[in-house]
Amino acid sequence: MIEAVGPIKRKFAPWDDPTLKPFIRFENVTKRFGDFTAVDDLTLDIYEREFFALLGPSGCGKTTLMRMLAGFEQPTEGRILLDGKDLSGIPPYKRPVNMMFQSYALFPHMTVEGNIAFGLKQEGMDTSNINTRVAEMLELVKLEKFAKRKPHQLSGGQRQRVALARSLAKRPKVLLLDEPLGALDRKLREETQFELMDIQMELGMTFLIVTHDQEEAMTVSDRIAVMNHGVIAQIGTASEIYEQPASRYVADFVGDINLIDGTVSAVDDGVATLHCAGVDATIVAEAGPGEVAVGAEAGFAIRPEKVQISLEAPPAGTPNVLSGEVWDIGYLGDISVYRVRLPGGSIVKATVANLTRIVERPITWEDKVFLTWPADAGVILLK
Amino acid sequence: MNKTTSWFNVTSLVFGFAFLYVPILILVVYSFNASKLVTVWGGLSARWYVELMHDQAIIDAAWVTVRVGILSASFATVLGTMAALVLDRYLKFHGRALFSGMVYAPLVMPEVITGLSLLLLFVAIGFDRGFWAVVIAHTTLTMCFVAVVVQSRLVTLDRSLEEAALDLGCPPVKTFFLITLPLILPGVVAGWMLAFTLSLDDLVIASFNTGPGATTLPIKIYSMVRLGVTPEINAISTILISVIAVGVIVASVLSHRSQVEKERAERAVFLGG
Repeated sequence: MIEAVGPIKRKFAPWDDPTLKPFIRFENVTKRFGDFTAVDDLTLDIYEREFFALLGPSGCGKTTLMRMLAGFEQPTEGRILLDGKDLSGIPPYKRPVNMMFQSYALFPHMTVEGNIAFGLKQEGMDTSNINTRVAEMLELVKLEKFAKRKPHQLSGGQRQRVALARSLAKRPKVLLLDEPLGALDRKLREETQFELMDIQMELGMTFLIVTHDQEEAMTVSDRIAVMNHGVIAQIGTASEIYEQPASRYVADFVGDINLIDGTVSAVDDGVATLHCAGVDATIVAEAGPGEVAVGAEAGFAIRPEKVQISLEAPPAGTPNVLSGEVWDIGYLGDISVYRVRLPGGSIVKATVANLTRIVERPITWEDKVFLTWPADAGVILLK
Repeated sequence: MNKTTSWFNVTSLVFGFAFLYVPILILVVYSFNASKLVTVWGGLSARWYVELMHDQAIIDAAWVTVRVGILSASFATVLGTMAALVLDRYLKFHGRALFSGMVYAPLVMPEVITGLSLLLLFVAIGFDRGFWAVVIAHTTLTMCFVAVVVQSRLVTLDRSLEEAALDLGCPPVKTFFLITLPLILPGVVAGWMLAFTLSLDDLVIASFNTGPGATTLPIKIYSMVRLGVTPEINAISTILISVIAVGVIVASVLSHRSQVEKERAERAVFLGG
């Protein structure tokens, strides 16, 4: 009985399908504000029904990129295509794109209903259809009881939902979300992230989210573009970006990372040997992208949760061992963070999941410890 | 803050308010004087108000003043609001500093100079002095005040509200009337009230540009006073003061209310999280 199993969940990866055309295409887009280059010769493809995140620190150009798609800014060079159509010269009020603003931008002189109906009225939809659609939207965001309220009579979380309902009401081809959850507290933000994913699946729209919160980007999106100074540092799925960072910048910006500097002393079939004079160790690991060659200045990058910490020395001949002294311990409830000081003075972080309700820690301050990791746990990245 | 009131504080308060309001108070009290002699108290009476109602010249002047006020305040509100929008919105155009300086300069310009320059202009272009000349002159005088009031309201307006309207398919002009104007309306109304009261009590600019049949109330009062102060003048001045006081109070209540609304909204955001 195959039916009982239900539909087989296929992996959603349109970017791997060379026959598919991108839905949104930024083509060599540059945006300058006077002397400042906000977006620098950027090319990016986003596919239909994709939940795509632009991630980066403030001032990296992610918001400018989104505002160009919405039509509030014009590219200085290059063009933006939506469904194969060039958007240049089309004003914001004629684009099939809607935006949810960071400040929500709810019209204070209109009710919740009035806000949601605003875009539909501009379309010239008739009243009965508007009422049906507004009711649908209120149900979607679970605000049926608040239809007649004004925005200032709502809590922050409720306002966020009204803003979402308003931007979805016109069924745009693309929904733009500008730091949509920035003003919510942590618990509510996590809940809303999953709701956003459900809504996107249900409506089958393309979502483009701008955020500086890497957890948010990793939770909600199919793919992430990490941006820095107007260019894309890396595009990939959350796990690609986390596990195979293309550069030190990405490794450092997304998640926590240990970086141990050294000089490449041998390269063999994608595996590099790094001589780290500072900590008196030799590390063998996968070579990251770029020209990792003998003599290059590079660094070994490894996530703290992949570092194993032990009081006992590993058997002689084990590769990739660092020894040091426990400098600091941070207890975070679910995990503990050990900051281990290496001989040269640099610090390596190792996190350990607290699986039992330990009363006494086996490892404590000033203990001499050994750090090891599986052979494929880290990557060697160029400086 | 020191809560006890010292004799010094009380004295300075009384003295200050006396300085400001005793002359006006005397005028108001004497407008109810029964005696024909201005300086002699002859008992309480409203006869000068009644007499005023029968003085066609004064009623005509009052009517001219009200019409000039309404028209010039309306023109000034439209122009001043447009100037405020340009000043607030188009930050990057060339000569913005010059433009904003030029909009605000009439605030500190001596009225004699404004009046005289307008007079010269009207003579040069062959525009007849009279009702419409006064309307135009008052529009010139008051539009910068409107611009200041409206602009202070505009700076507190979140620009993304207008962007949201555009994003939802509303063209720019419609966005102005559906979103921007309703939100800055308290400022626009306050600006209109201010312009109206300024026009109502202007003597200098009006007297430069007036002509036959366009005598405003301040001009009428001034010419009557030159023939001697009569109780009738006290009565009409009292009416004028009341109208202006009401206008100023309404304008300040409107702008105060918008301020309170804003604070309440901010508090709600803070409490709502």
